[in-house]
Order: sequence, then structure tokens, then C-alpha cells
Amino acid sequence: MILAITTPKPRRNVELVLLILALAVGIGASAMVGLNSAAAFDSDFWFQSSLLIVASFAFHMILRFRAKYADPIMLPIVVALNGLGLALIHRMDQPGEDTGNNQLRWTLLAMAVSIAVVWFVKDHRLLRRFTFISLAASAVLLVLPLVPGISAGEVLGASVWIRLGPMTFQPGEIAKITLAIFFAGYLSSNRDLILLAGRKIGPMQLPRFKDLGPMITAWLVSIGILVFQRDLGTSILFFGLFIVIIYVATSRISWVVIGVALILGGGFLASRFFSHVAFRLDSWWNAFTPEVFDRSPGGSGQIVQGLFGMADGGLVGTGLGQGRPDLVPFANSDMIVALIGEELGLIGLFAVVMLYMLLFTRGFRAALGARDAFGKLLACGLSFAIALQCFVVIGGVTRLIPLTGLTTPFLAAGGSSLLANWIIVGLLLMISNTARGPVDTTPVTHAPTEAVQTS
Amino acid sequence: MNHSIRNAWMAAVAMFALLFGAISYVQVIGAGDLNDNPWNQRAVLANYCNDRGAIIVGGKPIAESIAGDETCKYQRSYAQPELYAGITGYFSRTYGSTGLEQQLRDELAGSSDQLFLDRVSQIFLGSQPKGASVELTLDPAIQKLAYDLIPDGQRGSIVVTNPKTGAIIAMVSKPSYDPNLIATHDPAKEKASYDQINQVPGIDLNQSVSGPTGELLAPGSVFKLVDTAAALSSGKYNKDSVLPNPSSLPLPGSSASLPNYAGGNCSTRNTADFAFALEQSCNTPFASIALDLGQKAIADQAGKFGFGQDFGDQLKLQTGISIFPKNLDQAALAQSAVGQRDVKATPLQIAMMTAAIANNGVQMKPNLIKTVRAPDLRVISEPKPEALRTSTTPDIASQITQWMTDVVSQGIASGAAVPGVQVAGKTGTAQLGDSGLNNSWFTGFAPANDPQVAVTIVMEGVDVSTGAKLTSPNAKKIFEAVLNK
Repeated sequence: MILAITTPKPRRNVELVLLILALAVGIGASAMVGLNSAAAFDSDFWFQSSLLIVASFAFHMILRFRAKYADPIMLPIVVALNGLGLALIHRMDQPGEDTGNNQLRWTLLAMAVSIAVVWFVKDHRLLRRFTFISLAASAVLLVLPLVPGISAGEVLGASVWIRLGPMTFQPGEIAKITLAIFFAGYLSSNRDLILLAGRKIGPMQLPRFKDLGPMITAWLVSIGILVFQRDLGTSILFFGLFIVIIYVATSRISWVVIGVALILGGGFLASRFFSHVAFRLDSWWNAFTPEVFDRSPGGSGQIVQGLFGMADGGLVGTGLGQGRPDLVPFANSDMIVALIGEELGLIGLFAVVMLYMLLFTRGFRAALGARDAFGKLLACGLSFAIALQCFVVIGGVTRLIPLTGLTTPFLAAGGSSLLANWIIVGLLLMISNTARGPVDTTPVTHAPTEAVQTS
Repeated sequence: MNHSIRNAWMAAVAMFALLFGAISYVQVIGAGDLNDNPWNQRAVLANYCNDRGAIIVGGKPIAESIAGDETCKYQRSYAQPELYAGITGYFSRTYGSTGLEQQLRDELAGSSDQLFLDRVSQIFLGSQPKGASVELTLDPAIQKLAYDLIPDGQRGSIVVTNPKTGAIIAMVSKPSYDPNLIATHDPAKEKASYDQINQVPGIDLNQSVSGPTGELLAPGSVFKLVDTAAALSSGKYNKDSVLPNPSSLPLPGSSASLPNYAGGNCSTRNTADFAFALEQSCNTPFASIALDLGQKAIADQAGKFGFGQDFGDQLKLQTGISIFPKNLDQAALAQSAVGQRDVKATPLQIAMMTAAIANNGVQMKPNLIKTVRAPDLRVISEPKPEALRTSTTPDIASQITQWMTDVVSQGIASGAAVPGVQVAGKTGTAQLGDSGLNNSWFTGFAPANDPQVAVTIVMEGVDVSTGAKLTSPNAKKIFEAVLNK
């Protein structure tokens, strides 16, 4: 109670200091890449750095005006990660390649969209009105890559891209957000219904069969992504997102148990019937078998080369630009974690993972503070999605779990992922703004969390 | 709801705890194994242009780093490349390394623990890193002689050892290749040479194990030495035992039978003692010993001679693991006991078995390395002869030696006899299917009463008369060359 009475503080100056630190990390990394590569500082360096600085400060100023009480730590974390990502992608660019600048353009676009989210979505509760529109949007976004004409076809075994003129885009990344809005909106309205009934078995209260509908639907959607788009990572991510939201909505562990059972069941069936899933499992479990190592496509060469790189990096790393990440396929996207491990070492990679942990922890903090069920569910779902995505990617690269093709948020080369994750940050900032800010209509002495302690 | 939000957060933190664990494992705890993995080219790439230590035989380098071009300061160069390729292996930017280049990478690159202080002083003096040089136990003259005894175009291996010390005197095989061709700094030439060398039948550069230390071959009748040792140590047989010697032994549980060699003297007797059975290399006595003693007794004795074990760590060359298989039915056991069917041995393994018999039943660690010297010529390691295991008792070893001496003096290995010297030996002819071609073996040592040298020769895919010409008489030449030194 005592904690809850303290006067809200904006903490925007803290954010400014941290932001300068974050920019120093990203730009410092860029400088080191420039120093260590054969070609010295290209003129790009100053240009790119100034753009990143301008965009970051613009975001900061918008928050000062529009969301004074927003979480002060999120933006610096994300700027640090994005800046580091830019440096690493630039580091992997071969002469003639321009992935680094492309990533910078997407960064600027994504930050602009995120700023727009902060500017226009003054109150996240507005989004609840779009619950079913979000469902429809998710469906469209997920089906788009399969529509002839705009589908970019099967790229590296998965059909998740669409082609718009010269650009390719992965609509599934955006669907992550619309699905989270739908789940949060639907379950914040219907949680009472789902909570009411159910048979109790031991400590677990089972849901009624008819209430399983949404879960079965989510499961089928995930299986559909796996089957039609051949994208194991996204499938796991969506289902995990759903499970965490329904668990938080109902506080019933039985949902998690049922969900995990469905994942294991689905995973087992998929590994029996789909060669791409079976190959992934095989390259994980038997990564060091010669036939699996040499198999192409679907072999373990990528994972094993990544592990070699990380092992070579050891505790302190080889230094930026000093390792041999060129031996690792997709070192600037899927395997960027291995690149960090190799060149920045265990220390650098721990720091990055720690940043992610701070980021999702701040997201959960916003969920705790939010005064409405929708805001709680949305913040929780989005934060957990970031955590789960990191777990799936980094776990895959370190061979903790099978490698699937998810992107590392904010770091990996890829525009759609950047855009989606910046929008998520915009949403989390807005939710945290209402969570941390003064309560509009009720006295300050009213503990913010009590407002939602319904059932 | 806040309670479950905290639980969800804890689940996320738990996942991240696993990530921290996995990263620590890959980058610190398991990093050593990953760095040592033969597929890992990073060590090669990092040290590729450094001044690596030389590999020296008889005082002359067979592999050394010479001045390179502007892109790479040093260039690996091999003298008499084909002669030593099976031992040095290759050192390539793209394809990694094999042989001693791979197994002694820490010493040659100067990154071994013993060279730590040298590295520190190199840092302070600002001098180029320099590797240790490694002198081998090989005798260049014997190596050359052995290599030339395998005709060009013939697949075969020869291993010459000192049974008392375990030192390798010569180890050659054909076909061979020139590792200089893939040590080039020109990636296009490197790839072209690599592909071209791999076209040669019998060479697979992708394989880190090959030649005398790696190739698994049916040992044929030389395996009868294992049966003999197993029989004597079982207590059921002694030197005067009378063994059944039918011209053909019906294989239990099968319609086939195991015959003695039709052309030899085996058919003159229905029973035989060990001396006769070994001299004439009759099959049926040994098959019946194996059926009598059972699979475990034969497998155990094979294991005591080194079957099923990896000599790689001792030899500093990757070695194949010789097999005496498990779960044989009676028919397979009988055939395996005469070195056919499922039993497989490397030439090195047969050499190790013979050396153990020569050395009173004590098998010495195989050793290729005489000294390892730091760049300032200080000796940093000098392996001493070391017993590896007791393969059989001195009594049994000397009994088998006596019979092997008879095999050379009055049996079918008479071609290996050296005037004035007692030579012990055993031949083997392992049939390759119904092709009429064989793997032809000789293994033996001399002098029988004071063994200085053990020789093992195998010629692959030869007919009986070619095999006879290329094995025992060649062993004689090697015995003479070593003993006359």
C-alpha cells in the first residue's frame, strides 16, 4: 500500500541519460567495426550515427510531451539493441552489399511508426474496440503469404514473405501484435464466463469443454502456420502468446497444462508427418553426426558453425570485426546471436540477454501497474512474446532447443521484424504511461491495483 | 490477475536462466571440445599464416613453414610429400588439416601449454608467434625402402616398429598424394587439387582416418595368432594339444562349410598340432578352437591385443578402431576366427599384436614422436617408452614366437627368412568375396630371440601369387635393412 501512494514521477531525465549511454553503445560498436575493418571510417558512419541520434531524441521528446509517465528504461534498451544490431549488420556487409543501410532505413521507418503509435494511441484502452477487427486483420495477414500474386513464394523452406514492389515483408510479424490485441480484448471481456464453470480434479480446475473453443482455435491456427507456411518458430510463438494471455486472464494453471499438452501433441505429430520439422529435430539432436552436418538443406552445419564461433569467442570474444562469422550462414540475421557470442564473447552476449530480460521485465511491470484487465493482458502478452521469441532464437543457436527461423528482436537484419517490435515497444510505453501516471478520476490514495481486483 | 502476471514473468525469467546456462556451456564449459572438433576450421584460419613448427625426420624437415607472399607471411611446404603424406596429413585453409598437422596443432602453432611463457615473451618483444618443432621416430631410409616396396598402382600399407619401445620406424601406404597441392594460398588451385586428388581411388581427403592407421581390413590368417594365444591361456590347450584338422568343417546352423586351403599341405593330416596348423595355416583347427572356447574368450584375447581400442591419443594420429564383433552366431564365429567375415583390423593393429608377442607379451605404447622442441630448441617433451598393457604371458608369447619361427623356417612364410637371423612370422590371405582377389598379409619380427624390428605388410586386392611375392620377400628386405644398420 505504501508503495502505491507515492507520487508518480515522470523520470524523463533518467531516460535521457540512459539514452545517451545507449547511443554510445550502438555508435561505439559501429566505430569499432569501422576501425577494425580494412576500409577505415566511411562517410556513412557519421551520417548513419547522426540519423540514429536524431531519431532517438525525437522519440524521447515525443514521450516528454505525449507520454510523460512512460517507462524510462524501455526506449534506451531498445535503442541500444537496435544500434548494436546496425553495427553488427554493417560489420557483416561484404563490399557491394548494403544490408546495413537498408536496416537503418527500416529502423527509421519503424521508429517513426512507433512514434505515431505513441502519438495517436493516447490511451491503449481504445484498442479494445478493435478486438474483432484485429482478429480479422490477423487472419488476413497470415493468409497473405499464401495468396498467389503477392506471395514471395517459398524462401528458405518457409512461405512467410509477401512481395510489394521491390520490398519483401513478413506479415506474420505484424500478426503477432494484432493477435495479442485480439486475445487480450476477447479474454478481458469473457474471462468471467470462462472462470465460472469447470470441474475440479485435484488442485486443478479444468475448463468446461465449450470454453476450450478459443484454445482449440489458437492451436489450429498455429498448426496451420506450421503446415502451410512451414514456420515452426512463429507457430510456437503464437501459441505461447495465447497460453500466457489465457493463463493470466483466468489464473488457472490448467490452461497451461492443456496448452503444453497440445504443443507436445502437435509437435509429435508434426515431427512424424512433416519432413521440415523432422529435419530440424534431427539437426538438433544429431548435430554432430557427419551425415546430418553435411546434409543440405536441413543439415546442422549452420548450428554447428555458430557453436564453433561462440566457442572461439569464449569469455571475452575476439573483438568486433576480428572473428570469422563469415563461416556461419546467416550471421547477420538468424545467427546474429552467434556473431555476438563470437566477437563480443560471453560477457557481451550476457549483456545483450540481460537487456532483453530488463526489457520484458519492464513490460511485465507495466502489466502489473495497468489499471484495466485489457491493458494487463496486452502488456503481459507482448512482453512474454518478446521473452519467448528470444528464448526460441537464442536457445536454438546455443542448441538448447531445435533451431527455428525466428528473428532476434531489434538485432537481426529484417524490416518486418523491426517494425513489429518497435510497434510493440510503442504499445508497452503507452500502457506503462497509464500505469505509472496519476489516476485521472480517482484520488491518488487509491491503490492502482485495487481497481481491477474483481473476482 | 497480478499473481498470475508475476508467475508469467517468473516463467520468462526461468527460460532466460536456461539461456544463460546454455551460453555458458557453449562459450566456456564446452568450448574446448568445440574448438578441438576436426570440422572446426577456426584454429587453422587463425594460425594459417603463422610460422608453424617443422616436422622433422632424420634431422631434415618433412613439413615446414617457408616465406609466403604478401597476403600470407608463411607458406606450408612438404619435402618428399608423397612419402610422408599419410603421417603429416595436410594443412589447408579451406579444408582444415589432418594427420600430425591436425593432432599436433597446439605444438606446431605454438599454442600448447608448455609454450605459454614463449607466447608471453613474444607479446612483449613484439615478435611473430612461432611454433614448436617435432622430430619423429621414423627412419628416413626405411621409410623410403618400405614405400618403394609397394608397387605404384598397388594399394597397400607397411608398418615397421620397434617392439621393445613402441617406436614407429616406418609407416607408409599407397596410393598417396602431394599435400603441397592443397597447402597453396590460391583458393582456386586449392579446390582444383583437392577435387583432383579425391578422384584417385583409395584416397578420400574428407576422411581424417586412412592408410595404415585407419583402414579396416579383413586380417585373414594372421588373426590365428589371437586364437592361439586365447587357446593357450584358456588352460584347455597346451603346446602339444592335438587339434582336429578335417579338410572341411561344417558350419553349425548353416549349410555352408569352412574348408582348408585346397592346394596346401593341410589335407595330408586329419589332426594337427599347433606347430603344423600354423606352419601350413590350416583353417579348421582354429575354427574348432574358437567354437570350443566360445566367442567371449576370442574377443577378450583380441581386446588384449588392442582390438576395440583407439591408439589415436598415443600415436598422435587418428586411428581406426579394429573390430572383433559381438553377438556372432556359431558359423560367423568360426569364420571370424580365421580372420574372415566380420573381423576387421587396421595394419597398425596387426603390427601392435605382433609387437606384443615379440616383447614377451607386453604391448608398448605406439609412438611417433621423438622430441618436441620450443623455437629456442629447448626440449619441451620427449616421450619415453611406456607399457600399454599385458597382452599375454611371457610363456605363451615365447611359445607363439617359436611356432612363428617355424612358419618362416619351414612353413609358408619362408620368403621372409634372413640368412643367419631367426625370423618369426605369419602370413594371411583374406579372400575378398568370390573375386579371386585377396588382402595378402605378412606380420613378423626379427631376430626372434632378441626382437629389434617388427614388420607388418598388407597388399590389397591381389591374387595369391602376387600377394606371396609382395609380402614375405619384402619383409625380408626390410628386416635386412633395419638389422644391418
